[in-house]
Amino acid sequence: MTLNELKEGQHARIVSLSSHKTGIELKLREIGFCEGDEVELLRRGPIGREPLAIRLNRKIFALRSDEARLVEVEAD
Amino acid sequence: MVSYRFALIGPPNSGKSTLFNGLTGGRAKTANYSGVTVERRVGHFTTSAGRQVELIDLPGVYGLNAQSLDERIAVETILGQREGEGPAPDGLIVLIDAADIRTHLHFILQLRALGRPMVVALNMIDLAERDGVRIDVRALERRLGVPVVATRATRAAGRAGLIERIDTALDDDVWRRTAPSLAETTPVRSLQQEARAIAAEVILAEPVMNRVTRSLDSIVLNRFAGPVILASILFFMFQAVFAWATWPMDLIENGFSALADWVGATLPDGWIKDLIANGVIAGVGSVLVFLPQIIILFAFILLLEASGYMARAAFLMDTLMLRVGLNGRAFIPLLSSFACAIPGMMAARVIENERDRLTTIIIAPLMTCSARLPVYTLIIAAFIPPDRVGPFGLQGIVMFVLYAVGVLSAITVAFVLKRTVTKGAPQPLLMELPTYKLPDLRDFFSNLSARAWAFIRRAGTIIFYVSVILWFLTSYPAGSNGIRHTYAGMIGSLIEPILKPIGFNLEIAIALVPGMAAREVAVGALGTVYAVQGGGGDVGLTEALQHAWSLPTALAFLAWYVFAPQCLASLAVARRETNSWRWTAFIVAYLFTLAYLAAGATYWIARASGL
Repeated sequence: MTLNELKEGQHARIVSLSSHKTGIELKLREIGFCEGDEVELLRRGPIGREPLAIRLNRKIFALRSDEARLVEVEAD
Repeated sequence: MVSYRFALIGPPNSGKSTLFNGLTGGRAKTANYSGVTVERRVGHFTTSAGRQVELIDLPGVYGLNAQSLDERIAVETILGQREGEGPAPDGLIVLIDAADIRTHLHFILQLRALGRPMVVALNMIDLAERDGVRIDVRALERRLGVPVVATRATRAAGRAGLIERIDTALDDDVWRRTAPSLAETTPVRSLQQEARAIAAEVILAEPVMNRVTRSLDSIVLNRFAGPVILASILFFMFQAVFAWATWPMDLIENGFSALADWVGATLPDGWIKDLIANGVIAGVGSVLVFLPQIIILFAFILLLEASGYMARAAFLMDTLMLRVGLNGRAFIPLLSSFACAIPGMMAARVIENERDRLTTIIIAPLMTCSARLPVYTLIIAAFIPPDRVGPFGLQGIVMFVLYAVGVLSAITVAFVLKRTVTKGAPQPLLMELPTYKLPDLRDFFSNLSARAWAFIRRAGTIIFYVSVILWFLTSYPAGSNGIRHTYAGMIGSLIEPILKPIGFNLEIAIALVPGMAAREVAVGALGTVYAVQGGGGDVGLTEALQHAWSLPTALAFLAWYVFAPQCLASLAVARRETNSWRWTAFIVAYLFTLAYLAAGATYWIARASGL
C-alpha cells in the first residue's frame, strides 16, 4: 500500500520511494524519507481530507496525497 | 591578523539564528544578497585560540538540491558559486537539531564530501535529552571524521564547546579532508544508506516523538477544532491590534501635539516655525502614531512563527489555497501582508515554485496593510455614524467589509492569474511542522525591535522628506489665496479631471500626489491641505472633511484605498523580488485599474441610492 492509504493513527515502514517523479523523490529523500524508516499518518486536513500530517521518525511533515502516493509502505 | 570565513548551515528550525546571535553577540551586519532581498547577515567572533572568524548566516536547507530562492542562495554561497559572494567559505558550522539527527545525517555526509573544515553542532541537546534521545557524540565524531559537539545555542556555556572545536577543525590534519568530490552528484540514496549504518551505532535511545507536540496537534490539527482555533487566533489578533493600541497611540498623538505647541510657543513666527510645526512634526507624527499597531501585529506574527503554529495554519489552509491556485505556504506571506506587504513579499521566498511565488507577490498588496488603517480610521470616524446593528457597531462592520473586500479580491485575482498568466500544474507541498517551542524571549525582542526600527527609520526618512516637500508645495508661492494657486494646487489640477468622474475633488487630488509615496501620508496631506485652506483655524480634520465631502465621495475614497498601490517602498521591493520591471508595472496597472473602477462604482451606486 502507499502512504496516502494509511488510516489516521496507523503506523507503517517505508518500503520504497517511487522514482516516477524524480524531482519529488529527491526532495522527499532530502527531508529524510528513506527505506526502512517508520512513518505514521497523524491527521488528515479539514477540507477534502487533505493534506496529510505524516510523522517520519521524530519529525512531522505536511504533504498531499499526490506526493504521499509515491511512498510505498508496509503497515505494522 | 588572518580572518577565517565560516558559513552557518543547517535545516530549517535547527536554531541557526539563535546560534548566530549568540556567537556574534547580536552585532551583525545586515544587508541583502546582490540582486535579491534575501537578508544576508554577517557577524564576527574570536575562537579560543584567538582566531578571528567572520560568520555568514544562511537560509535553512535540507540538502544541496536547492529549489526555492532561499535555498539556492544558501547552496551557491557554500559552493562559492554565488556571484558577489566571493570564493567558498574557509569552513562550515553545520547545525542540526540533536533530536532529529537521524533524519539529517545524510545531509552532514553530503556537506562533508565538500572537503572543507567543518564542525557539526548538535543543537538543543537539552530538549533532545529531556525527550529521552541519547546520542554517543564521540562515536559520531569518530565515524564522521569531523569534530562534533553538543550545543545549547541560547546559553554562552552551551556555545563554548563549539567555539573551541572550530580551532580543532582548522588545526588538526588528523581530521579527514576528502578532496572536494562530486558531492552534488553522489546519489542521496547511497548517502542515506551510509547514514543509516552510522545512526544505528551512535543513536543509543530514540523515543518516538515529543509528547507535547503530539497532544497539541491532536487538537490544533483536528478537522473541526483546528479551523475554529485558527479563526479565533486571527480574530483575537486583529481585535488586539485595535483595542490594545488605543492608549499608546493616544500617548504618542498627545506627545506630538504637545511638541508642536511647544515649538509654536518657543520659536519666533516665520517660515522656520511653520515648517517645523506644520510640516515635520505634523507629518512624521501622523505616521509614528501607528507604531503601536504595527508592533502588536508583528509581535503576534513572530510569536506564531516561533512557537511552531504558523506551519499548522498553513496546513489547515492548504486545500483552500490550492483551490485558488496557491500553496498552503502562501498563507504565511499573505498573513504578514496584513502588517505590511514588504515583509509579506519577502516571506514569499519560502515558496519553491516561481509562478506560485509570483502570484503571491502580486496579490500581497491586496491584504489590508497597517498603513491603510489611518486612512480607514479617519474616514470612518468622519462619515459612518456610531450606530449599532445588532451586537455590532456600524463602524466596525465597515472596517470589516474593507478587509473582506481586500481578501476576496486577492482570491479572485489569484484565481484569474493561475488560469492565465501564471498557469501551471499544482506544486507539491512538502512542509515541516516543527516541534512546538516556547519562543526564546531574547530572539523575539531582537526581531521585534528590528521590525519597529525599520518602520521608525521609514518615518524618519521618506515621510520626513515628503512632509517637508508637501509643506513647501502647499505653502508657496507665498501670499497666494486658496490652495488652487499653490504649486500643489497646480499639480492637483492636472489630475483632477481624471479623478472627477469617480467623485474625487481637488483636495483629494492634491493629497494623492504625495500619497503615492506611502498610503498613510495621504492623511497628513489632507490635514495640511485643509489646514492651509482653513487658514490655520481650529477646526479638526474630521470636521473639515464632513463639511467638504459628500458621503458618496467618502465611500469612493475608502474603496480607492482598498486597491490603490500607493506605496513606493513596497513597489521597490516588488521590483527586487520579481526581478522584473514588467511584473512591477503589471502590479501597478492592475491595482490602479481596480481602484479606479471600485471607487467609481461605489460613488455612482451610492449617489443612485440617494446617500
